[in-house]
Amino acid sequence: MSARDDILANIRRSLGVKGSETIRQQIVADRLERAPKGVIPKRGQVSGDERIALFKTMVETALATVTEVASPAEVPQSIALFLRNHNLPATLRMGDDPRLKAMPWSDTTLEIAHGPSRGSDLNAVSHAFGGIAESGTLAMVSGSDNPSTLNFLPDNHIIVVSAKDIASDYESVWNRVRFAYGKGSMPRTVNWITGPSRSGDIEQTLLLGAHGPRRLHVVVVRD
Amino acid sequence: MTVHSTSPQFKQNAARALNDDQLQKALGNVKQGFIDKRQMAADKLPEFEALRDAARDIKNHTLEHLDLYLEAYEEKVKASGGHVHFARDAQEARDIILTICREAGARTVTKGKSMISEEIGINHHLEANGIRPVETDLGEYIIQLRNELPSHIIAPAVHLNATQVEEDFRRVHTHLDAKRDLSEPVQLLTEARAVLRERFLAADVGITGANFLVAETGTSIIVTNEGNGDLTQILPKTHIVLASLEKLVPTLEDVSQLLRVLARSATGQELSVYTTFSTGPRRSADADGPENYHVVLIDNGRSSMLGTSFEEMLRCIRCGACMNHCPVYHAVGGHAYGWVYPGPMGAVLTPSLIGVDKAGHLPNASTFCGRCESVCPVRIPLPKLMRHWREREFERHLTPATVRSGLQLWGFFAKRPALYRLATRVAMGALALAGRRRGRFTWLPLSKGWTKYRDFPAPQGETFQQRWKRERRGTHA
Repeated sequence: MSARDDILANIRRSLGVKGSETIRQQIVADRLERAPKGVIPKRGQVSGDERIALFKTMVETALATVTEVASPAEVPQSIALFLRNHNLPATLRMGDDPRLKAMPWSDTTLEIAHGPSRGSDLNAVSHAFGGIAESGTLAMVSGSDNPSTLNFLPDNHIIVVSAKDIASDYESVWNRVRFAYGKGSMPRTVNWITGPSRSGDIEQTLLLGAHGPRRLHVVVVRD
Repeated sequence: MTVHSTSPQFKQNAARALNDDQLQKALGNVKQGFIDKRQMAADKLPEFEALRDAARDIKNHTLEHLDLYLEAYEEKVKASGGHVHFARDAQEARDIILTICREAGARTVTKGKSMISEEIGINHHLEANGIRPVETDLGEYIIQLRNELPSHIIAPAVHLNATQVEEDFRRVHTHLDAKRDLSEPVQLLTEARAVLRERFLAADVGITGANFLVAETGTSIIVTNEGNGDLTQILPKTHIVLASLEKLVPTLEDVSQLLRVLARSATGQELSVYTTFSTGPRRSADADGPENYHVVLIDNGRSSMLGTSFEEMLRCIRCGACMNHCPVYHAVGGHAYGWVYPGPMGAVLTPSLIGVDKAGHLPNASTFCGRCESVCPVRIPLPKLMRHWREREFERHLTPATVRSGLQLWGFFAKRPALYRLATRVAMGALALAGRRRGRFTWLPLSKGWTKYRDFPAPQGETFQQRWKRERRGTHA
């Protein structure tokens, strides 16, 4: 008997079931289909400006920085200012995201590079799939638009998120993922990012910039 | 059994730990930090207790239908282009992993933090076959340099102080300037970051664990604060996920419930910095990510725990809250437990996995204060399960003769209430009389194990039952 069949048989023996019971199969199929929500904290259940304000507070609680701009056209200037304020070089790597590409980068002196990171970039910008107000989390999806390596290899990661994509809770983001990719399907990677990289492994002292970005900066775009 | 165990020598291990000044200093960090942080996080979320109930119910539901959810999960992984391998035990898991690594032509393998990888002893096996495993979680990297096991399931190097880490870095990182300053923890972190960045970029295979697997989508999930797990899995050509069977949950909604209690219980964070959902290999349009995605599902004793009283242990989501709140763990640290899993969860799980004959001391290393159960995010009745192990140990005559005869003597009196009351009354009266001047004893017959480390308070002269009777009468009057 294969290891697979052996393990399944042992599970069934321990549970006292055959695996062919229609009721059990129905219960499982039903749960996978309906994906019932559980307890959703009230904290995130706010809308409009209140939700954006909560998101920004939670982003800062997670030790990231956040700024808000009135339109996509203001993003490049805002990022250039952030880099200058932190004495960082005017370089920036990004993927093929059409929302980022449409922004007026030539208004700035930023030197732009495209494509995934190979580990030597100081700064990168990605566009988020969405934000989660409950915890100040950014939800990123993989693809050539926003390569996953940009989320982790650069020292300074900047994430642009549209205000309209900031959801109350995780469950709302999963609904959007299902709508975009189909029920039961996922992009190769979904990254939830809540603050910059950190470690407490040396004497339980919190230190930022373990293996991922030392700084995380979020730009919320109102449009 | 897989990794060599020193659990049978728990008493010697514990005695050594109590006299280890470095360890005692480091353990002070556990007592202070984790407890307060968890409490603050719980207080900030009014729904926290309701979420713990939900987390428990989701895990129970999944375990009751584990066979069917495993089949559903397997189908989804395959549909997304990934491979699923089943391993009955540690040896099978090691063979599968080695085969995948060889097919990938691997010379170095980076690893994200994974307790199941410790359980199956994969590092040693890879090394023995000419493949270099590199731990990338900072704590795991440090203990790999020291050739130690983790002493805590989420803070593997919690038993060490910064000066010890500095010594290890100087010993191993010999290519760096010998005169460099490493007096600050941040300098140690920066050095490890630079050294490991090279390893990440050079690795042929990345091995991670999984905090959860989702049947609905065939997704594996890792949770880290450092980002090391992500660099481990997106840079090499092949990603191997190691997971024990009970990591499965039905849906993305279910895992969102569990994630709301995991980080809060572990480190007091709202959410860990990186929560990563991986489904299959790189897609045709992707710019990065692994080309091969393998999941190794490991049983290693779990399927036999189902349907027993220890099934509840399979709800464990490895947050570490039980050990963070355990007075025994605070006193002796994780290594004294002698195997992969320390603290209260280890005291229940270890006998299930390596046998109560070897790990019988562990469920006895508890004061039954109940703090572990009171903080467990999935409400595992850890003291009750430890008591089950004590009973089994007694039934199988594994308990030492002196303890057995002591328990039998106590049992003799306990079954004869009148005699019990008389004997305790005489004993308490005598002890109260003998200790009335100092109010405590520094020595008592047969009690050296207690009085060696602390005084024994002198009784007041009344037995518990007498006092109970008196005070109950008082309240009812």
